[in-house]
Amino acid sequence: MTHSFNIETDAGLTHNVQPLMHEIRHAVQALLDTGETTVIDLRSLPLAPGELEVIEATLGRGEVNAVLEAMGPSEISETVFPGVWLVRHFNADKQVMGVFVEITRMPSLLLSQNEDIADGLRQLDEKLETMF
Amino acid sequence: MKKDQTLGEVLRSRKISRRGFLKFCAATASLMALPPSMIPAIARALENARRPSVIWLSFQECTGCTESLTRSHAPTVEGLIFESISLDYHHTLQAASGEAAEAAREAAMQENWGEYLLVVDGSIPAGGAGFSTIAGISNMDMLLETAAGAAAIIAVGSCAAFGGIPAAKPNPTGALSVAELLQGYADQLPDTVNATASELKSKPIINVPGCPPIPVVITGVLTHFLTFGTIPELDALSRPKVFYGNSIHDRCYRRPFYDRGQFAETFDDEGAKKGWCLYKLGCKGPTTFNACATAKWNDGTSFPIESGHPCLGCSEPDFWDAGGFYKALSTPTEDISRAAVYAVAAGAAAGVALGAANRAKKSKAAKNHQKVSIDDLEK
Amino acid sequence: MTDTEFLLWVRGPAFEIATIIFTLGVVLRILEIVFLGRKANLAEARGSATAGGIRTIITRSVPESGTFKRSTFVIVAGYLFHIGLFVTIFLFAPHILTFESVLGFSWPALPTAIVDATAVVTVITLLVVLIHRMQDPVMRFLSGFQDYLVWLVTFLPLVTGYIAFHRVGPAPQMLIAIHILSVEALMVLFPFTKLMHAFTLFMSRWYNGAISGYRGVNS
Repeated sequence: MTHSFNIETDAGLTHNVQPLMHEIRHAVQALLDTGETTVIDLRSLPLAPGELEVIEATLGRGEVNAVLEAMGPSEISETVFPGVWLVRHFNADKQVMGVFVEITRMPSLLLSQNEDIADGLRQLDEKLETMF
Repeated sequence: MKKDQTLGEVLRSRKISRRGFLKFCAATASLMALPPSMIPAIARALENARRPSVIWLSFQECTGCTESLTRSHAPTVEGLIFESISLDYHHTLQAASGEAAEAAREAAMQENWGEYLLVVDGSIPAGGAGFSTIAGISNMDMLLETAAGAAAIIAVGSCAAFGGIPAAKPNPTGALSVAELLQGYADQLPDTVNATASELKSKPIINVPGCPPIPVVITGVLTHFLTFGTIPELDALSRPKVFYGNSIHDRCYRRPFYDRGQFAETFDDEGAKKGWCLYKLGCKGPTTFNACATAKWNDGTSFPIESGHPCLGCSEPDFWDAGGFYKALSTPTEDISRAAVYAVAAGAAAGVALGAANRAKKSKAAKNHQKVSIDDLEK
Repeated sequence: MTDTEFLLWVRGPAFEIATIIFTLGVVLRILEIVFLGRKANLAEARGSATAGGIRTIITRSVPESGTFKRSTFVIVAGYLFHIGLFVTIFLFAPHILTFESVLGFSWPALPTAIVDATAVVTVITLLVVLIHRMQDPVMRFLSGFQDYLVWLVTFLPLVTGYIAFHRVGPAPQMLIAIHILSVEALMVLFPFTKLMHAFTLFMSRWYNGAISGYRGVNS
């Protein structure tokens, strides 16, 4: 989101980025050492206008980019730092519902859920019945 | 949608996968400003939560709170929460009107006695029943009757929480907040009220002030009740600490400018264009508690200070009488210069008079050849 | 009374009352002193009383070297906290707004960080000065209730202001209200105590200078 009206943001006003990057670094170390996962809610930080863009640019895009379609799209991408994932939830109107940084081997939302697998099994059974 | 369906059943009936449900829980956690580690607990609670009956009473209000809440069209989180409650009575949103509407309210009250949520927006006129009535029932009577069977009361907006704009000087209608009304008038109950005075006085009240409150704050409180069945932790003014625990000043992104002493002097000077602190333009950020600086408005687009306007302090009591929106916190609320000028004049007059009296005393003493004693010097 | 109502009372009627008492009291006392008059000096004037008066007001701002050597600590500490008070009261942006609302004009402020540091120095100096007053035998002998009271009403606005500025935390309205209330206490007590020296010092410097100037000598 850019601000094109009369406010020029002071370039030095990104004092949230560095502490956040330190927190992420700490979490990555923990992931490597003990497998501990961390989730950071970016919307819980009082970000200055433009800071979210700086954070997203700093994290960048890595090898994996997944899109989840459930009640609107969600983008789940690995950043340039393996193990650090950026998860962005949108509703059907493309409005932001949540922005999280997950430090993990695999964000939990990408895993297939047991309830859904059970539902899918039922559907498979129905399909098999109609086919044969 | 059946009333006794759990939220989990509601979502599954809409073909929303478990993944979708988990996404919903993550967004809900973010909305309620809960840490992501609580997402599993929220998922468990929401899975099994029943849809509570909600009765929404609107009194002396501008409908801004309802407007704030209903800014969603597609199945957004707020929309789903709204649908996961059973809104049994709401002037603006309900289809019924007149006697049918009142009958619906009474039926909902009977069916869910002791368990329904009462949401109130607007203040209650205690200065005269005729100032505001609904279907011939005065606001005060309706509130007392409906509060009697409520599990908890959510006072949405500064009018219901603190009296609001109707209560601004000289308060012609005797407007009271929900809390003030229940405390002050529970002892004068009409016969139609099915509760004792002490029961009414001890009804849990959650204040969600703001003019209007931020939509996510309203739904966050509803969601908390829906998820955990309890009232969130409240501050001294009965506001949920999770949303009202920090002052705007403590979370304002312009704080570095305040700390450095860089202020905008007018609305269009260089300082304003550079986004400097708005203290001099009357910002009440330091004394206002709300979530505007973090949750922001319009789905996180901006908030007043970010748009260049000083905070009005609209989630605090008496914000409309707090001395002026554009008067800085360090300025007096009255016109002091006039008083000072009168004081100078009075002081001068008294000084001349006393001086003359002293001189007269001195010359009389000299005439009587009075000697100066040690007592005179020690005075 | 809620925090908001208290803050509004402090910013409203209380400030008005304090201003009236302060202004009326100060004007009254100054005029009383002026109208006391002086005994006429029947000798012939050897120099200008006016010139002597003005000159002395300025020159007495610098301590005399003998006094300075004897009481270095008291003089340096005195300068420190007086200058510190001047900076924190008159050169801090929010305070300048207060003065502007009463007087109608304003002046430039110092960067807040400088005022902040000055406040710290001033608070420390005031504490040191108090300790000296209590420990030095002569000072202890001379000090009465009013001396300690005056120290307290000067100290409290500084400390409460610093706290209000930095820890605008759990009860910011109360912190700001207490700060303003402490200033009002200072204003109300001002005309009745030694704090009047802020105005009378000019009068005494003038008189000393005028008397000597009349006689044609430096004071």
